[in-house]
Amino acid sequence: MRGGQGAVRAPVLQFTNCRILRGRALLWEDLWVRGGRILDPEKLFFEERRVADEQRDCGGCILAPGFIDVQINGGFGVDFSQATEGVGSGVALVARRILSHGVTSFCPTLVTSPPEVYHKVLPQIPVKSGGPHGAGVLGVHLEGPFISREKRGAHPEAHLRSFEANAFHDVLDTYGSLDNVRIVTLAPELGRSHEVIQALTARGICVSLGHSVADLQAAEEAVQSGATFITHLFNAMLPFHHRDPGIVGLLTSDRLPRGRHIFYGMIADGMHTNPAALRIAHRAHPQGTQTLSGSIAPMDVCVRHFLQATAGCSVESALEAASLHPAQLLGLEKRKGTLDFGADAGQGPTQGGPGQPEDAGVLGVPGQTSWCSMTPSMSGPPTSQASWCGRRRRPGSDRGPWLERTPSPSWTLSGLGRRGAGLRGASGSPAPGGQP
Amino acid sequence: MKLIILDHYSQASEWAAKYIRNRIIQFNPGPDKYFTLGLPTGSTPLGCYKKLIEYYKNGDLSFKYVKTFNMDEYVGLPRDHPESYHSFMWNNFFKHIDIHPENTHILDGNAADLQAECDAFEEKIKAAGGIELFVGGIGPDGHIAFNEPGSSLVSRTRVKTLAMDTILANARFFDGDLAKVPTMALTVGVGTVMDAREVMILITGAHKAFALYKAIEEGVNHMWTVSAFQQHPCTVFVCDEDATLELKVKTVKYFKGLMLVHNKLVDPLYSIKEKETEKSQSSKKPYSD
Repeated sequence: MRGGQGAVRAPVLQFTNCRILRGRALLWEDLWVRGGRILDPEKLFFEERRVADEQRDCGGCILAPGFIDVQINGGFGVDFSQATEGVGSGVALVARRILSHGVTSFCPTLVTSPPEVYHKVLPQIPVKSGGPHGAGVLGVHLEGPFISREKRGAHPEAHLRSFEANAFHDVLDTYGSLDNVRIVTLAPELGRSHEVIQALTARGICVSLGHSVADLQAAEEAVQSGATFITHLFNAMLPFHHRDPGIVGLLTSDRLPRGRHIFYGMIADGMHTNPAALRIAHRAHPQGTQTLSGSIAPMDVCVRHFLQATAGCSVESALEAASLHPAQLLGLEKRKGTLDFGADAGQGPTQGGPGQPEDAGVLGVPGQTSWCSMTPSMSGPPTSQASWCGRRRRPGSDRGPWLERTPSPSWTLSGLGRRGAGLRGASGSPAPGGQP
Repeated sequence: MKLIILDHYSQASEWAAKYIRNRIIQFNPGPDKYFTLGLPTGSTPLGCYKKLIEYYKNGDLSFKYVKTFNMDEYVGLPRDHPESYHSFMWNNFFKHIDIHPENTHILDGNAADLQAECDAFEEKIKAAGGIELFVGGIGPDGHIAFNEPGSSLVSRTRVKTLAMDTILANARFFDGDLAKVPTMALTVGVGTVMDAREVMILITGAHKAFALYKAIEEGVNHMWTVSAFQQHPCTVFVCDEDATLELKVKTVKYFKGLMLVHNKLVDPLYSIKEKETEKSQSSKKPYSD
């Protein structure tokens, strides 16, 4: 038992009057926690003959596993791809702030950058357990530079690279050390990608397909080599075509290795993808759905949007898309993304969001780290400073729809450092770098 | 005996729960005076357990000073198996109420020495001062607990091999697969239950009708072990209409006529919220707070 005698003597917390997500369903069950792990109360009752030391009434709210965001480029004024000395503190700041959006574990994401940046930044972002201080860092997600020129989106063209010459050695040269890396997004149509995918997978790194013009066959071969994830499905890839569905076709491909599960992230912020597209993907392959936060939309908003958009998708599915599926992608489902006995818990949810509509109430969130209350209300953005996460926007691109749909004036986006691609909130000051 | 006949399963369950509630509250248990309750498992008592949980949640009843002793447990089934009686009691009763785990006792079907486990169980009952009220059910073959036909009517807690009737009846809990049903169980003896100061047997459903007939209208017979309670000074049988289908009309009419008297056992219905008598609805209306 973790901690030995100390863990056994740790106080037992019992959360009552709540629904918990367990075994794919929301059940009216109490949640028991001890020593940072979810406890089996039946075992406690019959073997240790103990009762709870403290009971907390959750007011009928839902307790869900902490969300896991596998693609988040920064936020709250921080840009992970900036090569400064303070990257570590930037990560810590984001880790702290995303707790209130229900995210308890995340993969800081770096966009296409020159090798010097990777060499400087990567060692500053170690894997770290979460806690009351902030969400846990599961490892870095490297989105680029081995991506398609045509589908680079907002990634800087100058720093795109290929590994045609030396395959995995090129990868190592570019990134430096792979110690803190968890996910790599690449375009499988690049030459020698199979060797690279195999080498990365052998090191336990999750390979994701994205920013690519690959056709379905190339994508299937990449999966056969070891790829398991699709980065922001629909965005930065060829659109679905009935004669060649491209990467999107992986959702229903019959050429995948037996037992292999393909996951896909979707930015469910209502802007990057049309809700109808979300529904198509979810219905085609519900087991693989993962929610990504997108641009200025925080994770909890994305989960709610996803639930609204895929009307017919249950609350359970929406919650799993943000917790269980990312955990399964990263092979962590025994400890994270679930409320099963033995999973990581933390100290317990803080009370929050009383009297809210049911799915907006406490998504009081155990998970890897401390628990946090969800910001209430489905009708507006969180009242905290706007978080920026997910994809970068290409500077100078048409921002019309963005500005129209910019949420309430309380959102002010800080700039993104050197790219300066900020957005003006209705009453906020202009971001550095100018506005269109 | 008292034979309590209600129209439907839900009413029978409610009557039984009210009876238990009144008995506990009138006993006025405390830290040096625990109410000892014997408890059954199976589908029959589920409705009764639900009502007792409701009374606890409404604040009308507490199990803080109640000690429980279960009747039986399968041999060789892991404690956390979903069909073990430990799991049954946890999921259907213990986890919803305020009973302390130290005050619950269930036989351990995985003990190294099964007979020693049974003897220890008898000692625990003795140490607790004997059972105040033993609640039980009846099998289609007329057994009480796992005292199968042929069990001694003065038996004590011991290991028993299950009869085919019982295995068939329990197969529905094991995906209908007879091979998965345990063949042995630890059970309190007929004599153990007879030692209780009061016994309440719940019998509902047409499939139990013949067993009830054998238990109360025929003689005391070790082939229908529930019949032993004809010789207990204080037995209550609570049933629904369907369970009386094999009884004589005369018997049923007699006991139905006594319901006015018997209902006084549950009306007034006591609550720990109020010390004095609480005027409550008649037993015909569903319980509500």
